[in-house]
Amino acid sequence: MTNGKVITANKLTKKFGDFIATNAISFEVSKGEIFGFLGANGAGKTTAMRMLCGLSLPTSGEATVAGYDVYTSPDKIKQSIGYMSQKFSLYEDLTVKENMRFYGGIYGLSDERIKQKTQDVLQQLHMEASQNKLVKSLPLGWKQKLAFSVAIFHEPAIVFLDEPTGGVDPVTRREFWEMIYAAAQNGTTVFVTTHYMDEAEYCNRVSIMVDGKIEALDTPINLKKQFNANSMDEVFLQLARKAVRQAD
Amino acid sequence: MRTLKFLLQKEFRQIFRDPSIIRMILVMPVIQLILLPLAANFEVKNIHLAIVDHDHSSYTRQMINKITASGYFQLVGVNSNYTDAMHLVEKDEADIILEIPAQFERTLVKESEAPVFMAVNAINGTKANLGAAYLQNIIRNYNQDVRLQWLQMPHLNDQPRIEITTASWYNPHMSYQLFMVPGILAVLLTMVGAFMTSLNIVKEKEIGTIEQVNVTPIKKYHFILGKLIPFWILGLIVLTLGMLVARIVYGITPYGNMVTIYVFAMVYLLAVLGLGLLVSTYANTQQQSMLIAFFLMMIFVLLGGLYTSIDSMPDWAKTITKFNPVAYFISVIRMVVIKGSTLADISRQLLTVAGFAIFLNGWAVLNYKKRM
Amino acid sequence: MKQFLSFVKKECFHIWRDKRTLFILFGMPIVQIVLFGFALTNEVKNSQIGILDMSRDEASITLANRINASRYFDLVTNLQSNTEIDAAFRKGDIKMAIVFPEHFRESLLHTNTAQIQLITDASDPNTATTLSNYASAIIGDYQDEIMGQNKLPYTITTQVRMLYNPQLKGAYNFVPGVMALILMLVCTMMTSIAIVKEKEMGTMEVLLVSPLKPIMVIIAKAVPYLLLSIINIISILLLSVYLLDVPIAGSIVLLFAASILFIITSLSLGLLISSFTNTQQTAMLISLMGLFMPTIIFSGFMFPIENMPLPMQVISNAIPAKWFYYIVKSVMIKGLGVEAIWHELLILTSMTVVLLTISIKKYNIRLSQ
Repeated sequence: MTNGKVITANKLTKKFGDFIATNAISFEVSKGEIFGFLGANGAGKTTAMRMLCGLSLPTSGEATVAGYDVYTSPDKIKQSIGYMSQKFSLYEDLTVKENMRFYGGIYGLSDERIKQKTQDVLQQLHMEASQNKLVKSLPLGWKQKLAFSVAIFHEPAIVFLDEPTGGVDPVTRREFWEMIYAAAQNGTTVFVTTHYMDEAEYCNRVSIMVDGKIEALDTPINLKKQFNANSMDEVFLQLARKAVRQAD
Repeated sequence: MRTLKFLLQKEFRQIFRDPSIIRMILVMPVIQLILLPLAANFEVKNIHLAIVDHDHSSYTRQMINKITASGYFQLVGVNSNYTDAMHLVEKDEADIILEIPAQFERTLVKESEAPVFMAVNAINGTKANLGAAYLQNIIRNYNQDVRLQWLQMPHLNDQPRIEITTASWYNPHMSYQLFMVPGILAVLLTMVGAFMTSLNIVKEKEIGTIEQVNVTPIKKYHFILGKLIPFWILGLIVLTLGMLVARIVYGITPYGNMVTIYVFAMVYLLAVLGLGLLVSTYANTQQQSMLIAFFLMMIFVLLGGLYTSIDSMPDWAKTITKFNPVAYFISVIRMVVIKGSTLADISRQLLTVAGFAIFLNGWAVLNYKKRM
Repeated sequence: MKQFLSFVKKECFHIWRDKRTLFILFGMPIVQIVLFGFALTNEVKNSQIGILDMSRDEASITLANRINASRYFDLVTNLQSNTEIDAAFRKGDIKMAIVFPEHFRESLLHTNTAQIQLITDASDPNTATTLSNYASAIIGDYQDEIMGQNKLPYTITTQVRMLYNPQLKGAYNFVPGVMALILMLVCTMMTSIAIVKEKEMGTMEVLLVSPLKPIMVIIAKAVPYLLLSIINIISILLLSVYLLDVPIAGSIVLLFAASILFIITSLSLGLLISSFTNTQQTAMLISLMGLFMPTIIFSGFMFPIENMPLPMQVISNAIPAKWFYYIVKSVMIKGLGVEAIWHELLILTSMTVVLLTISIKKYNIRLSQ
């Protein structure tokens, strides 16, 4: 790992035809950090995240995740990360327990470890009673928390969260962030995209993307100072006004 | 290997979770196999015949008796004019009109030759051909009777004569069901395999779970195998059920070795499932993959020799059928069940289908991209 | 009405966006009509046969050549022994074997009788019968020839006329059949899947809270497929007339009207399927696996309905494609008018009414819960 940096990106670019989704972005994320990735819809956040996860091949630029190159070792990267996509992505026709068993299994955890871990997670989520229920029967907030737990089930070095709290009530959102903090405390690096500005305040550092470029990157406090603003909301609005690209 | 175990566990759970799906996969083919062969009957026995008799002589009566006694024809009307009989053909109530001209008997006796006319509804070629041939045969036989009556000669023995004896091997009772049951089973098995797999990966694409799988370190061929094996097993179960139906309902036991059928089916299913997977790697929605699968299935089945003989097709169409896995399976299962062909007899087909399996699955694995 | 139209427009846009599906929907009938129109035939020809000739004299060789030259037979294999016959059958190399015994010509000349054995692979009984008929006819001709030109006394000659389809072209039968098959399956499958997809994705609720009546929302989803299918009918008819040389003998307007009625029947069936299924997978299993083979077999274009046992004939009445096939055959090939098909039109209409009524009822019950 390069000087404790678990994610590095250098002029990372992705083009779809003439459209430049992410334009030469560069940043570094340290171990155990909660790194917020902000931007309006269509600013290029998800594209950047998908490149780092090995779901999408960059057009140019360099990037490493957990010390592995995104071009050459996507499979090694995948072993070291967890991912929770915008779209809810657990199997709705499997039960809570079966989902955990499946994902634990394909990450190569031993049966014993899976059993142990399943008990821990169920306890943490207070979902022991629902362990044999089909996922589709759960309320949305539970599903989101469950999806996060499954994403870090194999205890990855880094977890990527793509707008994890969309459509969730404030209480659940709060609980969700507590889970993120707990994970960070255990040394997991958290890379999270969001457009809730209060959530940005919870991050160690925040980058703000506008039209495919990173326009600002610092701690929330420094950013507020730099833009002479009272809240992250204001910082964001100042930057977002410059956007020419329309959200889709 | 361990990864595969988890994938399989998950796929099986998902298949069995929805009882309506499993019921359909297993029950629908069984019901269809019970009903369809009863309906898919092409024993040309009930040809509907309309007779227009302008003569009303004892000869025409004898001839008509001979025709109705043959068992192939059902007299639907004796009309006095052709238009009425034609009307029956228009309504699909008659297949053939036999018109006997006035003075038929007199002409035959006086002039030693008399014509009869046949009009055949030729929209369906098989029926037309067979029906006309049967009717001509009966008339020829009747002709022989008439000659004997007049000439009093035992067997035209002063003339050279070729005696034709015919033997119908393998299916001496000419049972059409023996022919159709294995064929229909082959098609049903193909449909189960191709349709189910073609939906599967696309379903994960549509719901979004495929992303989650793609960020895991899972190997491509593990993922594909995990999708393939459950349906492969289901296919073999459907085959077994089908063989049971054939035996219990139709009393058909393969003349050849059961092992030969299973060996071929195992390889064949791999090819069909590979095709389904390939379709699902190209399609983005279940609707798309359904349409593609349906399009291919329709071509495969109708050009598969189930209903119409492949030999009779034009050369270009025969070339297409060389690439039609369904055609191989239909012909092989019939060969083994009816004629008792051995593994050696079908080795060419087996190798070809194995080739398809490797090609289609290889293509599907290559085309399944974990990264855009 | 205006709201309804804007719904229909939205559905059309959906389909228009999905170029791939659109391409298949339009391309499929074209490819299939051409393929099946040219390739499928009920006729038996070019069959591979084997000859086991144990005499190899002038007569047997002449006769074998005759058979070889006929268009019904193709690629004659020379067999050496009786056991080879079985082997060739089991490999599927030949469909019939003709056996000439030893001293064929000698016995023909000296004892005035000679025997020929025709052994058929009766796996397919009809092909077997047809082949032995063909071969017998060729042998019969040869016999007449060696008997000299003197005609037999008291001969009844038969003159055969093939009605509607004198060249026995497969297309005359398969165009109406494939038309019924494609329209029925495409319409049923596409509507049922399109509607169930909304249920599965959870977007159905959104549509149902709109001020439009629920059934209108659902019918609006079917309308684009009606338009699509009309285009398909046009292309099928153009192809069959100009490419396959299958003329439209009767009234085009009548044929067209009947086709639209049939499309509506199939769309209603799709609606009904969508009303009791919740996943696309189930909907497609029912509309494809459940309907594909029964439609082929019970519509009557492959297997004559009157050959079926009575219970099967009764079942066949429930298949809309059967009635449509009959209509197309009557109007297009036989050139009959409305008086010949009003009965069938009435049946299709009542089927449509019944299917629609049940689906509306089912949807209303679902919504009131």
